[in-house]
Amino acid sequence: MYPDPRVVDFIDDHFVPVRFHVKDQHDDFKRFGAHYGAQWTPTVLILDEEGNEHYRIEGSLPADDFMSQLMLGIARAAFDRQDYRAAEELYRRVVESFPNSEAAPEALYWAGVSKYRATNDPSALSATADAFAQRYQSSSWAKKASVWRARPASA
Amino acid sequence: MATTRAIAWRHDFDPALRDAKAQRKLVLLDFSAAPM
Repeated sequence: MYPDPRVVDFIDDHFVPVRFHVKDQHDDFKRFGAHYGAQWTPTVLILDEEGNEHYRIEGSLPADDFMSQLMLGIARAAFDRQDYRAAEELYRRVVESFPNSEAAPEALYWAGVSKYRATNDPSALSATADAFAQRYQSSSWAKKASVWRARPASA
Repeated sequence: MATTRAIAWRHDFDPALRDAKAQRKLVLLDFSAAPM
């Protein structure tokens, strides 16, 4: 995933990259691995400037899937700092940029949550449920969003 | 001759956090066993 020039550019644009290799940085690998509970390689964490973890990717992925996961992580960091408008925009960018990735339905779900948190408007959730009726119907995220579907008013 | 671009991995955690704050970026921390 890392040799892909798109991944190199994406990481250069969005992150300060730190690597602890099991052999070459053995002491830091053990120390920070214990601190963050990294039990496997590769484990990739997205941290804020305080060292707080916001997202975790375990195992290798093809470049497109890896970038979509990195974008999910950036969006999650925005969500965690309660910048919900930025989070929604970032999540929607995942859906637009990687519509066929496993990250896309998760991003669609959290875009709806982010919009709801930003606006306190419940229609953001029902609109998300409606969107799942059009795409990603078999995903677990569609099932989670299905409880938001607007019910017709009873007579 | 074509050159291969590579990620400029760092190995200094605390300075990297400080630089992330200054550059308003997140930190990507990779625990790796990949052949170097």
